Amino acid sequence: MQKSKLSSRSRPGSLPRLFQHGDRPWQGIIILISALVIILMLSIGGMLWAKSAGARTTFGWSFLTPTVNPNWDPVNNHFQAWPFLFGTLLTSIFAIIFALPIGLGIAIFLAELCPAWLRTPLTWMVELLAAIPSVIYGLWGIFIFLPKVVAPFGAFLGNTLGKVPVLGALFTGPIPASGASRLAASLVLTIMIIPTIAAVSRDVFLAIPGSQREAAKALGATEWETIWQVLIPYGRSGILGAVILGLGRALGETMAVTMVIGNSIQGGVSLLQPGYTMASIIANEFAEAVSGLHTDSLIEIGLVLFIITLLLNILARYLVWQVARQTPQEARV
Amino acid sequence: MSAFAVLMERNRVSNGRRRKISNLAMLSLTGLLTALALVPLFWIIGYVLLQGGKNINLDFFIHLPRPLGMAGGCVLSAIEGTLVVTILAAVFAIPPGVLAAFYAARYPNTPLGVALRFSTDVLSGVPSIVVGLFAYAAIVVPMGHYSGLAGGVALAVIMLPTIIRTTEEMLKLVPATLREASLGLGAPEWKTTLNVLFPAASSGIVTGFLLALARAVGETAPLLMTTLGNERFDIGQIFRAGVQGHKSVFTILWSIINQPVDSLPLALWKYAQQPYPERVQQAWAVALVLVLFVLIINVSARVWIQNRNRRMKG
Repeated sequence: MQKSKLSSRSRPGSLPRLFQHGDRPWQGIIILISALVIILMLSIGGMLWAKSAGARTTFGWSFLTPTVNPNWDPVNNHFQAWPFLFGTLLTSIFAIIFALPIGLGIAIFLAELCPAWLRTPLTWMVELLAAIPSVIYGLWGIFIFLPKVVAPFGAFLGNTLGKVPVLGALFTGPIPASGASRLAASLVLTIMIIPTIAAVSRDVFLAIPGSQREAAKALGATEWETIWQVLIPYGRSGILGAVILGLGRALGETMAVTMVIGNSIQGGVSLLQPGYTMASIIANEFAEAVSGLHTDSLIEIGLVLFIITLLLNILARYLVWQVARQTPQEARV
Repeated sequence: MSAFAVLMERNRVSNGRRRKISNLAMLSLTGLLTALALVPLFWIIGYVLLQGGKNINLDFFIHLPRPLGMAGGCVLSAIEGTLVVTILAAVFAIPPGVLAAFYAARYPNTPLGVALRFSTDVLSGVPSIVVGLFAYAAIVVPMGHYSGLAGGVALAVIMLPTIIRTTEEMLKLVPATLREASLGLGAPEWKTTLNVLFPAASSGIVTGFLLALARAVGETAPLLMTTLGNERFDIGQIFRAGVQGHKSVFTILWSIINQPVDSLPLALWKYAQQPYPERVQQAWAVALVLVLFVLIINVSARVWIQNRNRRMKG
């Protein structure tokens, strides 16, 4: 009797031993929760797939294919996503065109040139740009940015680039007096994705080994030649990753875009006309969807958005990871 | 390295002065671009402070919205709604986020760890409006009505990747010796994690919560299809009605989260699109509240991290 009492704590089959003093349940809990995060990610796609069944079976691929006369008609239950897909792609691509040089410039300045005392506050401020809520960009856009910047800039583009033969189709004006147009959406998106592009490409520059800079400078290159001819080619795929992450952010941006783009389905192809994006049609019509098919169609647009951003994210992570892998662990001077 | 060969060749033949000038020009251009990118930041913050400051007063915070035409519009319902939704989101997102982050930091290369870190990356890239659709399909449809609960779930999904990422980074910074010392003294793994690892990384983890919270508070898109908005939402009234009806605390709490609620960014969005100047003024006042909240959280979180890093180095 005494003997069994003594050995009860370490007997092979005893409860504390079996659970390794709580480590087994602990392991179980954290594995379960980690698995739940993965399931959550999968179930976002699964839910959208399941709930968009009505739209998918009714319209098939014609939902997404390009059309000249888009037909989005909640009253007669006919829906097509093309105008929104086009609006999203056009505004996001122009946002990237505007944001890439600026973001890259910031990254170069912060990583290579900036004096040490200025680096931290500047990095903060650029990141703060990403922290401002989207609706506030929208509010500022409607009342300040559109009339003061976008309308004059759009008129200028219409008078210059609008006259160029082929390219001109993208810039035929006139821009609405309020400034609400795809151009406005592109410019607001530009401001919103600059922090992403700047932060990721700054990290890319910081990951490039110092030996590359030293080698270029030893050959007599100026600072700029080092950056332009050695560092940028070296970090090319990482910078591409930054662009793709920025693109992903631009595609899904909702509130600010909805407030400044003018929300018109018949917009032609011009940047200077009002348009619509995938995210903004969901924001505007979802709560007031008139039929089950309407709701389903909006959810299918969400599904398309999810799949696009998923693919872009995978691509971007892969590219950034590649830069990190090709760079040997070496002290940076 | 062909880039170097090209460089040598070009340097041999080209004009030194032209190269110096273009060097200077391009370098100053990067500085100018940095300044240019910060113009919108100061423009937005300055304008919101100016316009919001003119239109804000105490009434604004303590009364429910009034019909158009009556003096002084207020956003009590939106403030209460934002509180309800954000608290719910924090409750849903923080415990699983921290535990998943522990797994990601401790076992980064197991199949589950790789899948977890990948899912976190994907989740952080999912547009917030898509998260809103998910919460609609997962919560609003089964429950049959819009609710603060659904909004809380949506915001929790948005907060989760931020929390996992920052907590993971902070846990990785804790020296391995600390963990080993605790294990060496015979403490089980879970006790080591809860009593040694988390306290050692606590300030960084809290900073991560705050940044995630700051992001969630300003989110609008997912609330459109989850909380919907409700200008007559008033916690005080629900409480009084509950107490008079002799309901239990749980019933009262449930009725708070089980109905459509208002929120600050949602109110801002609605007001900004109305043609009445007084509504637009209210929108600026709401914007001021949001911007101040986001600014204060961001700046204090960063100052906190900065101090901590300096302490650890010193």
